[in-house]
Amino acid sequence: MSELHLGAVVRVRIQSSADIVTARQEGRTMATTLGFTNTTLTIIATAISEVARNIVEYAKEGEISIAPVGNGTVRGLQIVARDQGPGIVDLETAMRDGYSTSKSLGMGLPGAKRLMDQFEISSAIGEGTTITMTKWIG
Amino acid sequence: MAVPILKQSHTLIASIQSALSDRDLLQLRDDLADLVGRHRARGVIVDVTALDVLDSFATRTLRGIAYTTKLRGAETVIVGIQPEVALAMVQLGLTLEGVPTALDLEEGLAFLDGRTETADDGRR
Repeated sequence: MSELHLGAVVRVRIQSSADIVTARQEGRTMATTLGFTNTTLTIIATAISEVARNIVEYAKEGEISIAPVGNGTVRGLQIVARDQGPGIVDLETAMRDGYSTSKSLGMGLPGAKRLMDQFEISSAIGEGTTITMTKWIG
Repeated sequence: MAVPILKQSHTLIASIQSALSDRDLLQLRDDLADLVGRHRARGVIVDVTALDVLDSFATRTLRGIAYTTKLRGAETVIVGIQPEVALAMVQLGLTLEGVPTALDLEEGLAFLDGRTETADDGRR
């Protein structure tokens, strides 16, 4: 359950759609150095794109941090998306495919969850949302 | 970053060169809707070979491009979706519903040639 950080954390400030591109490129770069396969690099970059867009659409600004992690003998990449936005009223509904209160079609968060090995979301009304997701190598 | 759009006969070719932000993608959609009329294009090819990610927004915008240009009288083909991008899209549950795709630019042009020839026959 407790993952150890195995290297420097890269932080990307998310304020605009251009920052979404930066965040997924940073994620891809770190995942490449960790030795993920090409397909997994794309999966990680896509998942980062979805959670970063969630910040831009709902909270306007936030931060994505990306770090190499280890748990026992396995290594992986952990992404934390954090914002101080309005928070999500009904998490269960928000994680349901096809649900969206914004202009997106609600594929984003449930999609990111499907792409990653671990996905946790916590949210408090008026305080913000934090998503922690991990992809393990192998 | 603006996407260069070339014209070849009755086809517009949007050749994406690098990663695009959401804003860039919407700009491309608007540019194509306009250029189809200005150049009297019957086909549009959007070459996404250079894109390493097609997430939910990009996929939705590509569908939007195809539907918009269709309403303007031109058929859009998406070409060059990379194998790992296709795999990630399937895992995400994204589809291009009804939007034709082709392996690369050459195949895309061949597909549109077939379509416009049929359309020409129909007019005679």
